[in-house]
Amino acid sequence: MTAPAAAADAPPSRSLSGDSARALTQLGIVAAALIVAFLVLGPEQFINALTLGAIYALVAIGYTMVYGIIELINFAHGDVFMVGTFVSLSFLTSLGFSGAVRDPALLVVLLVAVFIFTSVVMGLVGVLIERSAYRPLRNAPRLAPLITAIGVSFILQNIVQIFYGPFQTNAPQIFPTDAFFEVGNVKIPILSFFIIAVAVGLMLGLQLFIGRTRMGRAMRSTALDRDAAALMGVNINRTIAITFFIGSALAGAAGVVYGLQYGVTRFDLGFQAGLKAFTAAVLGGIGNTVGAALGGFIIGFIEVAAVAFGYGRWGPAVVFGVLVIVLVFRPAGLLGQQVGERA
Amino acid sequence: MSVVQDVPAPGGSRGFRMRIGTLSARHRSWTIIIGMAIVAAVLPTLALVPPFSSFQNQASWIDGFTNAGVFVLLALGLNLVVGVAGLLDLGYAAFFAIGAYAYAYAASPFGNEILGIDVAALLGDAKGLIFWPMLIIGALVAATFGILLGAPTLRLRGDYLAIVTLGFGEIVPIVFLNADDLTNGTNGIGGVFRPYLPGVGSFTAIDPWPYYLTMIGLITIVMIFCYRLAESRIGRAWEAIREDELAAAANGINTVTTKLLAFALGASTAGIAGVFNAAKLTVVSPDQFGFVVSFTVLAMVVLGGMGNFWGVAVGAFVIYTINNVVLKTLNQFFDTLGIPILEDIDFIGLQFLLYGIALVGMMLLRPEGLFPNSRRKRELHAEVTQPGEDEMTLPEVTEEGGR
Amino acid sequence: MSEGQNILVAAKVTRRFGGLVAVNEVDFTIPEGSIVSLIGPNGAGKTTFFNVLLGIIDPTGGTVEFRGRQMIARPRRIGLESLVWVAPSVVIVLAALALGSTGILSGGGIAVAGVAAIGFLIGTLLLAIVRPLWYQKLLLRLGIFRSARPNDMVQAGVARTFQNIRLFKNMTAVENVLIGMHTQMHSSLLDGFFSTRRARREEDLSDRRAQELLTVVGLHGIGNELAKNLPYGDQRRLEIARALAAKPRLLLLDEPAAGMNPRETLDLTKLISKLRSELGLTVLLIEHDMKVVMGISDRVTVLDAGRKIAEGTPEEVRRDPRVIEAYLGTPAA
Repeated sequence: MTAPAAAADAPPSRSLSGDSARALTQLGIVAAALIVAFLVLGPEQFINALTLGAIYALVAIGYTMVYGIIELINFAHGDVFMVGTFVSLSFLTSLGFSGAVRDPALLVVLLVAVFIFTSVVMGLVGVLIERSAYRPLRNAPRLAPLITAIGVSFILQNIVQIFYGPFQTNAPQIFPTDAFFEVGNVKIPILSFFIIAVAVGLMLGLQLFIGRTRMGRAMRSTALDRDAAALMGVNINRTIAITFFIGSALAGAAGVVYGLQYGVTRFDLGFQAGLKAFTAAVLGGIGNTVGAALGGFIIGFIEVAAVAFGYGRWGPAVVFGVLVIVLVFRPAGLLGQQVGERA
Repeated sequence: MSVVQDVPAPGGSRGFRMRIGTLSARHRSWTIIIGMAIVAAVLPTLALVPPFSSFQNQASWIDGFTNAGVFVLLALGLNLVVGVAGLLDLGYAAFFAIGAYAYAYAASPFGNEILGIDVAALLGDAKGLIFWPMLIIGALVAATFGILLGAPTLRLRGDYLAIVTLGFGEIVPIVFLNADDLTNGTNGIGGVFRPYLPGVGSFTAIDPWPYYLTMIGLITIVMIFCYRLAESRIGRAWEAIREDELAAAANGINTVTTKLLAFALGASTAGIAGVFNAAKLTVVSPDQFGFVVSFTVLAMVVLGGMGNFWGVAVGAFVIYTINNVVLKTLNQFFDTLGIPILEDIDFIGLQFLLYGIALVGMMLLRPEGLFPNSRRKRELHAEVTQPGEDEMTLPEVTEEGGR
Repeated sequence: MSEGQNILVAAKVTRRFGGLVAVNEVDFTIPEGSIVSLIGPNGAGKTTFFNVLLGIIDPTGGTVEFRGRQMIARPRRIGLESLVWVAPSVVIVLAALALGSTGILSGGGIAVAGVAAIGFLIGTLLLAIVRPLWYQKLLLRLGIFRSARPNDMVQAGVARTFQNIRLFKNMTAVENVLIGMHTQMHSSLLDGFFSTRRARREEDLSDRRAQELLTVVGLHGIGNELAKNLPYGDQRRLEIARALAAKPRLLLLDEPAAGMNPRETLDLTKLISKLRSELGLTVLLIEHDMKVVMGISDRVTVLDAGRKIAEGTPEEVRRDPRVIEAYLGTPAA
């Protein structure tokens, strides 16, 4: 039996024009979806959805980054977000602020301060959790760190509950919620624009970091193949710690945003919010930060749409339904890669 | 396993434990029956003895034991899923709810109206007779949902399965909460019939013994089934899947159906517990079935000793008692003592903090639980042997829908 | 199946991964009762081809027949299967609605139909999971083909060992072999529940058979040792015993001599010969150890870069210039 003479392999299935075409179609789909959503929801709800989506996106990124690098679903991540809301509100209240701050200069300073403070604190909390609860179990059977993560989640919730009680706590909405852009007879809160801008800015900053810096490369390579990365000289422990820091810091920022937007928080906020953010991460393609952002916005839209159409009570059920459906039919998510087939 | 150790047993306490282990393995069912009989007799007796007797009267104690028994059943079922087959189910309470609501539909005025039947008219005062067949029907209904949920999801990797079950565990109570017309929403379904036994009459809220003895019986039966299954060909298949799924498939085990079986059996046990619980509380409402329940049962399985049914049962009982008795007592105790800081602590509220710490601590120090299955102990403390991807040149992936 | 027929026929098996063609139209047959080897440099596609044969991954093209039955090929019309599942229920619902609107069926009747539809849905779901033979035949008649999975291949009579030894390390030797016997045992769930006499008898017989298999591979007496405590050579033998437990017709050995010293290698070759001569097994070997390959094979096939580049007796292959070139030098004599 002889082999065919010309052993020509198939040319690579992608060409440059193919890539651009795909990107354009994707952008087109996104644009079309946005337009449809705008028309269906109306301007105010549209902005609401973007705002909520931004929050979910920020939290979802943390989930996806951690999963991408150590293949662990960090159950406690939603509670990191929740603690972030409390950290930011206590920062503001202890400085004596309880309501809108009208002086623009002071407002800017305060915002910068609370964002930095909360993000750094939550980042450190994330690192602490990783080091004490997850790192020792890095080689244990999968069940162990999952259970630990749940345990950590409960610990966080209860520590907060001890200090703040089981009831709603008010968060100072220092950004005035009564400031609007008026377009025609539509009033769009300036706060919403601020939140969206902050979220997008952070996400872009993250993409730059991952794509352009040495540490970002280290993170990417560790996520792809930990052993190879280690052989190349990447400090795995430090890389993982930094991943946790960034993810948790973003969740902290989301917490600040949440407090500004909704003005209230509770110890059990993290559970459902975390689950929805995780849905977003899975929807977008676990391990893919752009996907997490995309997923976050989609989930935000779904939830706002559910409320807008009077199915508010079913909102969570719909989101979780999305989770189940995505995992069953397309576990790779929207932007995830189909990595080969398994019989 | 039917293969009995014929290596000479070491001396001392370890030898004793091994001999007990061998003996009980050989006569499994009798061991369970006798053991449960002893438990059934000892517990109420203990309740009459100080300091327990001064805390509450015997009837309240027995009632508490029965309630603990519900969790023992749940823990046994979840142990089959998590401990033996190694599938992480975080939404176990959903099946508990399904069993409970199934009974509520069969055995309450509201439910009967929805179904279009009238049990009370059919059976009159003996309407509680429906409890007994419902134990089986409730189990089957829950098992059906277990299959419906498991069929598309059991091929997912462990973490994803956990999340999907968590999502399902959230969806079910929300559905029961919001489908007002069918489920009476937040108020739940009340007027659920208590069980009826000819010769005993209808169970009551005052006399704890009928419920207690029924629960003892249920636990005994379920435990016998669990042990038999775990020691049968199916049980071996579950353990093989848990240790190395690829190798298990390479030996002819249909991993999908085998996992599904574990899932369905676990769900049916929760269904039985749900039926019983509904018949005892006489009301079912969505808030009885939140994540807290799923998590508590999981904690019981993990802390009690994954894979070991007696260990899990004891763990469940202990944890339940700690929650509902010890923590309450601590509260009262410190209140009466008047110690400043301790007095302010709400120990009941703390319980989940304690769970959390206990779980994390357990995983770090003794992941096989308090009363481990010896094989699990070996597995969890073994050197890292990555099954790895020796056969596949591709990185390990989530199992995709290529089906 | 008589001597001289092919127990396995692989025709034009191809497997692509995106732009990479790992296995390129490989034809491969195994005559019954023979010992054949598959060799080639690393990255030649042996492992991928092996995985296709075992049902671990689907081929992109080509077919594999085992004992005359097509087991493996590119899946066909899989999407149609979903339709088959929902068809009965949809039909019932539509019929009920139609009958209901014409007044023939009352509200109660529609409710019954609804329940029946759900029942059918659950039934078809169970069918899809359990896949009894008649269901598979029905699907085939509709042109729906699903490639065999690893456990299906075992059921059909193909057993394998692993390159990196995948024993159940925390089980004893006998327990490992009992797992191998899974397809040969028939106690069901109910047998397990009620600990029937049939179940218990089967367990006893299986225990005895497991001990016998251990003896066949030369591991008599260590039945109760934990697999992870066994020396390396014994672990390899145990894996073979476990594979034998499935009463296979074809045994696939993936680098069974890896990590063995010359004496162990010799014992292994003797064992493989014995398996063929005493048990009538057909053996496919993937090996790098040329002593084993050349010493025991009836026929050697060489893969390189996804294609078959040579096939013949060990002597022929050893002298084949293409093989020499692919391996960068002659194999050890």
